[in-house]
Amino acid sequence: MQALYAQLLVGLINGSFYALLSLGLAVIFGMLNIINFAHGALYMMGAFVAYFLLNLFGINYWWALILSPVIVGGFGIILERTMLQWLTGLDHLYGLLLTFGLALIIQGVFQNYFGSSGLPYAIPDILKGGVNLGFMYLPIYRGWVVIFSLVVCIATWYTIERTRLGAYLRAATENPTLVRAFGINVPRMITLTYGLGVGLAALAGVLSAPINQVRPLMGADLIIVVFAVVVIGGMGSIMGSIITGFALGVIEGLTKYFYPEASNTVVFVLMVLVLLVKPTGLTGRAN
Amino acid sequence: MKSKLSALMLGTALVFGAGSGAFAQDKTVKIGNLTDMSGLYADVGGAGSTLAAQMAVEDSGLAAKGWKIDVVSADHQNKPDVGTTTARQWVDIEKVDVIVDVLNSGVALAVKNVVTEKNIIMINSGAASSDLTNAQCSPNVVHWVYDTYMLANSTGTALVKAGGDSWFFLTADYAFGAALERDTTTAVTKAGGKILGSVKHPLNSSDFSSFLLQAQASKAKIVGLANAGGDTTNSIKQAAEFGIVSGGQRLAGLLMFISDVHSLGLNVAQGLNFTETFYWDLNDQTRAFSKRFSDRSKNKAPPTMVHAGVYAGLIHYFKALEALGGNPHDGAKVVAKMKEIKTDDPLFGKGEIQPNGRKIHPAYLFEVKKPSESKGPYDYYKLVGTTPGEQAFRPLSESVCPLVKK
Repeated sequence: MQALYAQLLVGLINGSFYALLSLGLAVIFGMLNIINFAHGALYMMGAFVAYFLLNLFGINYWWALILSPVIVGGFGIILERTMLQWLTGLDHLYGLLLTFGLALIIQGVFQNYFGSSGLPYAIPDILKGGVNLGFMYLPIYRGWVVIFSLVVCIATWYTIERTRLGAYLRAATENPTLVRAFGINVPRMITLTYGLGVGLAALAGVLSAPINQVRPLMGADLIIVVFAVVVIGGMGSIMGSIITGFALGVIEGLTKYFYPEASNTVVFVLMVLVLLVKPTGLTGRAN
Repeated sequence: MKSKLSALMLGTALVFGAGSGAFAQDKTVKIGNLTDMSGLYADVGGAGSTLAAQMAVEDSGLAAKGWKIDVVSADHQNKPDVGTTTARQWVDIEKVDVIVDVLNSGVALAVKNVVTEKNIIMINSGAASSDLTNAQCSPNVVHWVYDTYMLANSTGTALVKAGGDSWFFLTADYAFGAALERDTTTAVTKAGGKILGSVKHPLNSSDFSSFLLQAQASKAKIVGLANAGGDTTNSIKQAAEFGIVSGGQRLAGLLMFISDVHSLGLNVAQGLNFTETFYWDLNDQTRAFSKRFSDRSKNKAPPTMVHAGVYAGLIHYFKALEALGGNPHDGAKVVAKMKEIKTDDPLFGKGEIQPNGRKIHPAYLFEVKKPSESKGPYDYYKLVGTTPGEQAFRPLSESVCPLVKK
């Protein structure tokens, strides 16, 4: 029974990565209608930027949490301005193919320069060690990841669903012409939204750097699962992604305990089941 | 009519006779490096293996004697079907004579069938499964660097003797992991230890926390990592995070490479024990080769033992070809010659190839240095013990390979 509690908690920790990543994807899809396949590569870039900040400039983890999303988000804005904006109004497929190509290029470049085995990034001193919860030894860093991700997820959800800025954003995606008539610069909002989604991916990358090796393929390993999360949650649904992210982390954790061999596929089995029953995803609305 | 027919037969005989004479003098060789170029083992083999093969070609001095030797390479993506398709294309279209590296046991076992069927050669230095020279041995295969029997025997036995008598395995869920767990289980129980359990994880996992918690709950003294590459580094890093080592359990990396230690950093890797058959800093010859290798390698890294195996295996292959006087393009014949000649190269020293295709050389048990003990880049290992080749590898008396006459 104790082991089960431990697996539940570990699942929750992994779920927080899924939630953060799928949140960015959902924001981008919801606002830009682009299936951002480069998300995994941008997550990887987030981790690499944190590594460079530390090793080239001596800038620590805490600053990396702010700087890395800003830098990678800036890179995202350049991508949007130079490439993605030309796809506005076209079929989803074009965005998917373009971002998939970008992902392969970015990963290829990093792999060419940094190899495949990865680079070390240490846990910041203050978050080292762990606490004995009775049923498991919880590394403090993992606890921090869960809490931090939850806060970021809720803040993003609140901004989009409950603030004036969020209302503009949602209106701009519903009816851009009308919103433009009110004097709001819609293309700029779209660009900034892409930057925000990319920043969220980079943030998840910084959070994961001390746990996983900083590797060029770290995003490629994760991106398919994250897509499944977004599809199960309902494409573009912010709350759906957050809840599904955490829930799938837990379900995957339990599978690792009861039948480890299936832990890579359980998410996709669930995706198939959900799509058969509710094709728009758990909280998605029919368009 | 009759005379026409006999003239035709005579002509054919002449052409074939001349042909076989030409084969004996044929001095063209094509080498294919079939490896993981882009996945989790790319630093272990990958482009470094191509470089090692090119260096072997240059160092053999055969070009000056009129030989024409080409090296090609391809990515098998850790998929047996991709590996076998490439191998078939290489044989049928590009006329490749020898395939080297082939890390990933799943791919190696599949490619072995192609190599045997097409009668070319595989000099394998990357795959670990000991089945390659045991139950599934082939007259066309030489297995150079290490295998699961040797790794299990060396690391497993040493750790049981040092008091690690109860084990729990984290095993990569494919041919290699299964073979390594099986062989280590045999070695550990033979040395008086017992196995408390194991968990199989999918290849290329990024999160090991669930599996590590199960290892922790087992209370085993040793957590054996029957995986490799990125899987091993991630499990070691996360084991440190979950307090496995500080809680009194020990980690045994059953297959580790210098690229893994470099990627972990000495802070995390210090104190780990594992077995390798090549280390760049072993002696003057290995240092000289490694210097030349790292000067030319892309990230200036020294060779891994897989790279060393590609080099040494080819050097020996060229010796066999020279002894035959040309390239007969008959894989089994060349391998038979390779087994006949004693091996002697700068990287693995003196040794031999057994009838089952197993290359025999010493195995070294290393311990990773503390950061304070390391004097420079890649100065990572302390030599703890050496096992002579004939003790390190499976004795022929235990072999079930049909090529071994009893």
